[in-house]
Amino acid sequence: MIPELGYGATVAALVLALWGAAATVMSARSGSAALLRSGERAAVGAFALITACIALMLYAFLTFDFSIQYVAINTNRGTPFYYRITALWGALEGSIVLWSWMLSIYTLIVVVQYRRRQPELYPWVLSVMLGILAFFLLVMTIPAPPFERLTPIPPDGRGLNPLLQDSGMITHPVALYLGFTGFTVPFAFAMAGLIVGRTGEEWITITRRWTIIAWYFLSLGLLIGGWWSYHVLGWGGYWAWDPVENAAFMPWLTATAFLHSVMVQERRRMLKLWNLSLIILTFGLTIFGTFLTRSGIIGSVHSFTQGSIGIFFLGFLALALLGSFSLLASRMERLRAEGVLDSVVSRESMFLLNNLFLVAAAFTVFFGTVFPLLSEAVRGVKISVGAPFFNLVNIPVFLSLLFLMGVGPLIAWRRASAENLKRNFLKPVLAGFVAAAALRAVGVANGLVLTAMGLVVFVASTIALDLFRAVRARRRSGDGWSAATWGLLLRQNRRYGGFIVHLGILVVALGVAGSQAWSVQKEVTLDRGQSAELAGYHVRFDGLSASEESNHAKVTGAFTVTNRGAGGDVLHPAKKFYPQDQSPIAAVDYRLGFFEDIYVVLGDFANDGSHATIKVQVNRMVSWLWMGGFVLTLGAALAILPDARRTA
Amino acid sequence: MSRRSRFVAGGVIIVAAIAYLIWSGVSQSVVYFVTPSELLAAPVPSKTYRLGGLVQPGSLKWEPKSLDLSFTLGDGKASVPVRHKGAAPDLFGEGRGAVVEGSWTKDGYFKASLILAKHSEEYKAPHDGVEPGYKELMKTLRGESK
Repeated sequence: MIPELGYGATVAALVLALWGAAATVMSARSGSAALLRSGERAAVGAFALITACIALMLYAFLTFDFSIQYVAINTNRGTPFYYRITALWGALEGSIVLWSWMLSIYTLIVVVQYRRRQPELYPWVLSVMLGILAFFLLVMTIPAPPFERLTPIPPDGRGLNPLLQDSGMITHPVALYLGFTGFTVPFAFAMAGLIVGRTGEEWITITRRWTIIAWYFLSLGLLIGGWWSYHVLGWGGYWAWDPVENAAFMPWLTATAFLHSVMVQERRRMLKLWNLSLIILTFGLTIFGTFLTRSGIIGSVHSFTQGSIGIFFLGFLALALLGSFSLLASRMERLRAEGVLDSVVSRESMFLLNNLFLVAAAFTVFFGTVFPLLSEAVRGVKISVGAPFFNLVNIPVFLSLLFLMGVGPLIAWRRASAENLKRNFLKPVLAGFVAAAALRAVGVANGLVLTAMGLVVFVASTIALDLFRAVRARRRSGDGWSAATWGLLLRQNRRYGGFIVHLGILVVALGVAGSQAWSVQKEVTLDRGQSAELAGYHVRFDGLSASEESNHAKVTGAFTVTNRGAGGDVLHPAKKFYPQDQSPIAAVDYRLGFFEDIYVVLGDFANDGSHATIKVQVNRMVSWLWMGGFVLTLGAALAILPDARRTA
Repeated sequence: MSRRSRFVAGGVIIVAAIAYLIWSGVSQSVVYFVTPSELLAAPVPSKTYRLGGLVQPGSLKWEPKSLDLSFTLGDGKASVPVRHKGAAPDLFGEGRGAVVEGSWTKDGYFKASLILAKHSEEYKAPHDGVEPGYKELMKTLRGESK
């Protein structure tokens, strides 16, 4: 029964989305209110039907309905309750359902928010969103049907990929997809703005706001992804330049570029064409990212899916890019800049540089991801460009961005005078140099680390200086220090939200620099009772024990860790044996610290428990990534709040 | 020089610099994928390769004390002896595909610095009991821990 209902709901939702997209276009052309209402009802109907699909799917998972292939592959009778829910998006078909569902929610929000406030843009926005929704429903109907039947019905399912049975996998895909699908809203407004010919003040506010919302979720998704990689995959890293990570990073970079350059458009009525291109590019990269991760084109640690779905995504991507860029080209005349660049030493040109570097970074990531595919397709030679390539090219680019992050927010618009430069940057530059020199004096020899940390101090000082001056100015009107600070954060939430995001990035940058330069590891085989030493830590092997969990068996090691004679914490790295997998997977154990984490992976062991091979890592400053990420999301949330100055 | 052309010139210089970085990055870090027969046809010592093949059954040797791992990767036509320092990663095993990164040595073996095991995509029908080796293992461990 469930497969028929689910398939029926999918097809009905597809028909509704197609009708809605068509009806809203007709209403925009004819001005018919009835057609517009019909289109809105179609959007609501599509949302209800996709919600029904999700409900049916969940019901099938919770009742172990193995007549549905997707359920049989991604769960088994031992799968714990919450992983039966997350199994919903554990593989290709389910993630498309989740994607469609989120898109339909965004569509509903657009209906509620803008049907009265943006009568001109609204029908076109709705049409574009429903058109994109229709594409994903088409994918659910033809190349990746989630409700495919399985005969004969197996007595038990295979079970969710063990690597995905982790709390990070509950939230990571949800955040990531909220980010990916969120970029559809600014894209739809870009298209509508181009069609109607209105990309003014209100249009900027809407696209900017929705880009920040999507950016917020995408950042969160990337961070949780890094955390998952760190504490599940057992290699001690958080970022591997894996194609799947790159797929999510590219739209993040272009969206970041847009969030900066849109300020130039807001202030100086310039870069209109460029900003629209960035929105289109960001949307295109979300589709491209889905294509990369879900078509199985690149074999990577993350790609658990294979299928014929690639051609659908490539076709849609080509159509979307061709359509939107030709629309853009046909409206070039109207997108002329109203302002001009006055000086190289100005905020405008700093933003231009920032954009150049961000897009260059996105292109580098794109190139490194796609080049091996092209080489194989064109020359028949299989190659790989790994982390060394990305690091080599991106380190100078990211260091430049870090520098601009200090200069951009404080330098004057139009033309910065020598006085302006001296007033804002003299002290921070000195602080940066002093910090680098101090680090050099205490023995930090790595040039890249010194540069990065000097830059971080420089940027942090510019932020502190700006905040101090603004708070002091407010205090003159009689507020206390804390009231002045709070008032400033809330009244100028965009500016200070941005600054807090910058602070978060600085902390992340410190984490990246420190962990790359200072982490150490060793691999060693220990007899029972024997200890190994690494960077002041002593790790003693105490023994192995076996246990049976609901859906897997586990061999757990006990290792007593002391740090320079202190402590005596016992770490329990394990190997998990899932019956559906031919080989075990490691479960890391670790203790996170402010400056360093101790991280133990059980590699191999004697069946009688007499010896075990482990990898011990002392990972330095990795926690700063998570702290910086937290600060970053706080800042983004502050920037999303309605602009106090406008609404007041 | 007009203001506009100054901006254009600056942009061109930066783009050229980044293009150069990408070009030199690729030429420095590109690693070729080879099969055992391709490698043996023209081995270049100390050049980095990614070698992909099947771990030959019976070839896997592991010395926990010295952390010496050795095995043979084959493609049906040729086979290459591989040595690695450190325990094999998860998903690695005899009769399964693996990709190793490293270089050919003059002593006639491939020195792997990195082992990338391939995740199996195939759907395995659910069955009673699991690999016998694993059951034995659980038994011995139980006996130990009691």
